[in-house]
Amino acid sequence: MSAESELKNGNFVVNQCIDCKKTVWPPADFCNRCFGKTTIKKGPSEGKIIEFSKNDQCYFCLAEFEKEVKIIGKISSGIPKERQRVRIKKCGIKEGNYFFEFLLI
Amino acid sequence: MIKKVGIASYGITKFSREDAKIESVLLKATKNLFENCSNLTQKDIDAVLVSTNNNSKYLSPILAEMTGIEPKIAHSVESLCNSGTNAIISAYSYIASGLADVVLVAGAERYDSPGQILQWDNSRGEFKHPIFWASIFTKSYKKTFSVKEEDLALVSVKNHRQAQKNPYAFSDKIYTLNDVLNSKKLTNEIRLLDCSRPCTGGASIILASENKIKEFSDKPIWITGIGQKTMSAGFTKTITFSSMESSAFAAQSALKMSKHQPNEIDVLEIHDAFSVCEPMSLESIGITEKGKGIDLVKDMISTNNSKINPRGGLIGCGHPLGATGIAQTIEIFQQLQSKAESRQIDNPKVGLIHNMSAASTSSTVLVLEN
Repeated sequence: MSAESELKNGNFVVNQCIDCKKTVWPPADFCNRCFGKTTIKKGPSEGKIIEFSKNDQCYFCLAEFEKEVKIIGKISSGIPKERQRVRIKKCGIKEGNYFFEFLLI
Repeated sequence: MIKKVGIASYGITKFSREDAKIESVLLKATKNLFENCSNLTQKDIDAVLVSTNNNSKYLSPILAEMTGIEPKIAHSVESLCNSGTNAIISAYSYIASGLADVVLVAGAERYDSPGQILQWDNSRGEFKHPIFWASIFTKSYKKTFSVKEEDLALVSVKNHRQAQKNPYAFSDKIYTLNDVLNSKKLTNEIRLLDCSRPCTGGASIILASENKIKEFSDKPIWITGIGQKTMSAGFTKTITFSSMESSAFAAQSALKMSKHQPNEIDVLEIHDAFSVCEPMSLESIGITEKGKGIDLVKDMISTNNSKINPRGGLIGCGHPLGATGIAQTIEIFQQLQSKAESRQIDNPKVGLIHNMSAASTSSTVLVLEN
């Protein structure tokens, strides 16, 4: 099972190096620090907004889930605030592109 | 010993929305170069480098065949928006190392370039279009330095105005501050006139060693400083969103190599992919202190000084990715030769080109001197 196949099924996972335990994001087969093989681990459940904006359809934000994992995603509802915490509500891969939807908490 | 490398001549096409084949755009820019450099023959050229993000393959050999050149070296360079200056540095390296004496660099792009979206960067989710990183930069910059939307809009006003003196620019209209502020809102931070526009265009230059260049030009312009830096490919790896780390590093390297300080630069081409990029770049390069870039833009407007982006920048000229860095270099070449016609600034000696990719995840800076 690869990280991408988990993401396709709507499960937020990241890769972690088997040897040095570094989190690798976006997913990759080998660690970018020690070139060790990576394995799948459950992605962090909560993060905080670094910056947000809005287009004609939705609010979107750049959120940091842990040091190595920053993601841009759609905010499902509500008006975000600076540094507000978010949770991944939905994720997946559509036509080859990842997508993420965040819930404000 | 590293050989001295200079620019002898150039060719350029009008930037437009023309539905032309990439090979035709490259040929047109190169034909114009031969017209501008009467002593240059096909036999003089040791290497042909093509800068583009187009998906067509083998474009350097194709351009070589279409122009009757049989070079020793022929290949493409692709690095999104700073492909052009990176190709120039490849050409420089061939000459400086002695592998070539004369190198043709030709860049071209179509308005529908695949280089506009970095598909690999999945951490951007469905927000891969450049307006989204630009929105995050703009929000962060405005907040960090208390800059207003109407301040940033001045960049677009200035660069569209300056582009009217550039016969090759895409923009054919002067815009007021209100025009920019009332243009279509793409996000809360970005309006249509804050953006450089994808377009079709080509640009080419010829570089040569010190010994050879006098055959083609009695007034060559020398490349005296080079700096490059790549921080990452993905936007979300960026550490600060109100400054450009790769640009700062590249500028420091280029200025050190050229033995110049930022305050000694007389004319600059800055990579204003979006309005916010111009002040951020000026600060990162060291032209102004942090948060003061927009004050310099205002000063340029009030004093009618066009030394920053005299050809109109990317916002005024359009942004055919693979051609942009070369077109920026051509502008500084013309300025330093005092042949920039109505765009000419007063007696410049040192010029700088800043060209970057994908939200400044990588940057290239060149220093040119006459």
